[in-house]
Amino acid sequence: MNLIQIIFWFLSSFAVISAIMVLVSKSPVHSVLWLIAVFFAISGHYILLNAQFLAIVNLIVYAGAIMVLFLFVIMMMNLNKDTDPQKNVWIKLAGAVSGGCLLMVLVSLVKQATEINGKQALIGKGDIGLIATLGKVLFTDFVVPFEISSVLFLSAMVGAVVIGKKDSKLENN
Amino acid sequence: MPISNYIIFCLTLFTIGIIGVLVRRNAIIVFMCIELMLNAVNLLLVAFSKMHNGVAYLSDKSSIVGAEAQVFVFFIMVVAAAEVSVGLAIIVMMYRNTHSVDINFLNRLKN
Repeated sequence: MNLIQIIFWFLSSFAVISAIMVLVSKSPVHSVLWLIAVFFAISGHYILLNAQFLAIVNLIVYAGAIMVLFLFVIMMMNLNKDTDPQKNVWIKLAGAVSGGCLLMVLVSLVKQATEINGKQALIGKGDIGLIATLGKVLFTDFVVPFEISSVLFLSAMVGAVVIGKKDSKLENN
Repeated sequence: MPISNYIIFCLTLFTIGIIGVLVRRNAIIVFMCIELMLNAVNLLLVAFSKMHNGVAYLSDKSSIVGAEAQVFVFFIMVVAAAEVSVGLAIIVMMYRNTHSVDINFLNRLKN
């Protein structure tokens, strides 16, 4: 087992354990912190695949911006104490069993697929993940979607403000 | 690294996200599980792009085959950021109206 494989299995097990902890944590703040751990592990995978741009964007956008947004919302709602009502244990069991069945079916499908037999993901080599390459592709072939995404952001901003602002009619009643 | 390792790892993360959506009732946790599923798909896209790049790498060391997949992942992150802002606004509004983030209160969407 060489170094690459050790890093791969360490990052994978860390991500899976953190993802399970997201589910079983009682407090939402702990769930957010475990989810940040998952994002760090996934960024480690990106670095392993030499996708440096996506690794740093994943850290900045997901772990840095989106998760802070989640934390702010949780703090505003004051959900620190356990306000999650306990569900029936049979429903939890049914969810876990159905998810496990789905995983089993998908894994058996992957094991049988002949198209991916012996295919390897290139580790640590190749320069498609570098910022120079991706910038060139993004601003030549994908420049129109890139500009449209700014319109998407504007509409999302307007939508968030409109949804989030206090309804004066409700306040008066 | 065989591509099947990446596929199985991403399927595991995706399934954990699905179980979270099915089991938890806190709307914020459900939303976080959706983010987890998005990230699993992103990692799988990058792994597949490196798989295709690895075939072209043998003949041309500076080939950029597969760079489109990483641009797609970038756009998925952009859309996810926009989605999170609107979704959290909806959750805040729901909390303001019902004083709870239990998604079972929303099963009728009216009254």
